[in-house]
Amino acid sequence: MIVLDGVTKRYNRQTVLDDVSIILGEEGVTALIGPNGAGKSTLFGLVGRLIAADAGTVTVDGMDVRTASSGDLAKILAVLRQDNHIAARLTVQDLVEFGRFPHSKGRLTVADREHIDRAIAYLDLEAFRGRFLDQLSGGQRQRAFIAMVLAQDTKYVLLDEPLNNLDVRHMGEIMKLVRRMADELGKVVVVVLHDINFAATYADRIVAMRDGRVVADAPVAEIMRPEVLGAVYETPVDVREIDGRPVALYYS
Amino acid sequence: MRTESTPRPADAAPVAPTARGIRSRAAAVWARPGIRLALLGAVVAVFIALYLFTAVPGSLAFALKIRGVSVVAMIVVAVAVGVSTVVFHTITQNRILTPSIMGFDAFYMLISTVIVFMLGSTAFLRTDPVVLWVVQVVVMVAFSVFLFTWLFGGKRRSIHLMLLVGIVLGTFFRSFTEWMQRMLDPLDFQVLTDTSFASLTRPDETLLLLTGILVVLGSLAVVPLLNTLDVLTLGEPVAVGLGVNHKRVIMALFAIVSVMVAASTALVGPILFFGLIVANLAYSYAGTFRHRWTLPVAALLGVLCLVGGQLLLERVFAFGASLSIVIEFAGGLFFLYLVLRKGAR
Repeated sequence: MIVLDGVTKRYNRQTVLDDVSIILGEEGVTALIGPNGAGKSTLFGLVGRLIAADAGTVTVDGMDVRTASSGDLAKILAVLRQDNHIAARLTVQDLVEFGRFPHSKGRLTVADREHIDRAIAYLDLEAFRGRFLDQLSGGQRQRAFIAMVLAQDTKYVLLDEPLNNLDVRHMGEIMKLVRRMADELGKVVVVVLHDINFAATYADRIVAMRDGRVVADAPVAEIMRPEVLGAVYETPVDVREIDGRPVALYYS
Repeated sequence: MRTESTPRPADAAPVAPTARGIRSRAAAVWARPGIRLALLGAVVAVFIALYLFTAVPGSLAFALKIRGVSVVAMIVVAVAVGVSTVVFHTITQNRILTPSIMGFDAFYMLISTVIVFMLGSTAFLRTDPVVLWVVQVVVMVAFSVFLFTWLFGGKRRSIHLMLLVGIVLGTFFRSFTEWMQRMLDPLDFQVLTDTSFASLTRPDETLLLLTGILVVLGSLAVVPLLNTLDVLTLGEPVAVGLGVNHKRVIMALFAIVSVMVAASTALVGPILFFGLIVANLAYSYAGTFRHRWTLPVAALLGVLCLVGGQLLLERVFAFGASLSIVIEFAGGLFFLYLVLRKGAR
């Protein structure tokens, strides 16, 4: 379980996370939604030990992220950030191999190779193994990074806006994959999403943030209401039922 | 130097020796970094042999003794510059910098100038070179570690801020050095000018030994971090996610770079300029981002650069130019090429 207890983070005088207490990791897919600047990425940064909190604690399966060994945490928690710019020229195979680093420290065993092959197969990347990352399309690149995270073989997977810059088809593919990772591989996935309807379709639970606080945290059906979404985004959002599923309309 | 060539299981099907088959096989062999490293090693060995054994004016034993010391100095400096520049590139996630951006060269000149300014050139020349070397190394390492802990060890942890401060301080040191040099006696100034050009031909043997030990220790300290260095090329967020203790690793690597750079600069003078050429050539020649290949390739290319440059200088130009001029000219052209190619993309 990922437990945030009274977590506060300030940049200069601006509070970006304000006394956030939340437990993540009881259900398969949790979607984290909220307007820009709500503190979603900061929250991921704190859990992923890239940023230090000013107050409060973050624990992952009982390990405090500030004191536990970074190597031990990397065996149970994988974080994929938004922009992954890599200066060196790597192939897909190289990148996915890096996912085994927490376990192998760079010396790949037979078991490591199996994990790598499985991750590449799972993401349907066999044809691109030897391709360099800069020769891939946006969707393929994103899949390569997810394959790396998968090869890391962690219980918890945090994905920060994995749908960024993808078209409708690739967005759908990635979300189906997220769902399969939870259902078939038993992973606990927390995913930051901007598209509310993707969250509603694929997540089990939605956590909504605004101004550094958690303003709503409930199963999908309870979040997909005009008054809740309207308050989160501070803009009118209509919710209609289409084929028995709630769909948010915010194009007006 | 590791020149392991992992034996691969022999190709099962015997390929008919068509021209195409041979070419694709050659390409497959050439694609292996071990082969490339071994070939480079052979070329370097040939150059060293050429330098040692050709154009001997008198006794071979005497020539070998003198030239042997020069070759060792060139190897020590090349390893220091090659390894430190590649590691520095990985730490800073930037491939068009050299550690000199932290003001190492400028600081070296400042220290020399201050000593000459305060004590005069006679005292400077009369000082035990070992003492001078120790002072230079200690002051340079202390300065860079201070800069590093101040700007990277604290809460800010910004490599870019550190580089920026390094550039500003380097410029300040250079101007300050220049200002002091203007007020120097012409004789003192000439002595100082001699120290500002790297000289590889007649190093002090005690200093060479000391520098050699530091460079060997520094290189050995990098070996257990080779795989971690590979992970660092993915950038800080990903490296941390994969369990690298980023702050501690960067600090250790930076300390290694500082010691190696300071020791070799104190031995032969400002020499960092060619690290840029060597490192970038190493990336394209090695054909892989893995440090277990790029580091030895960079070191060997450094040796090639220095020995080749020295050969050119002694045998072709008959000492008509200085090695740093030869290398800086080539390095400048290469840098322009790099910048233009980046711009063209």
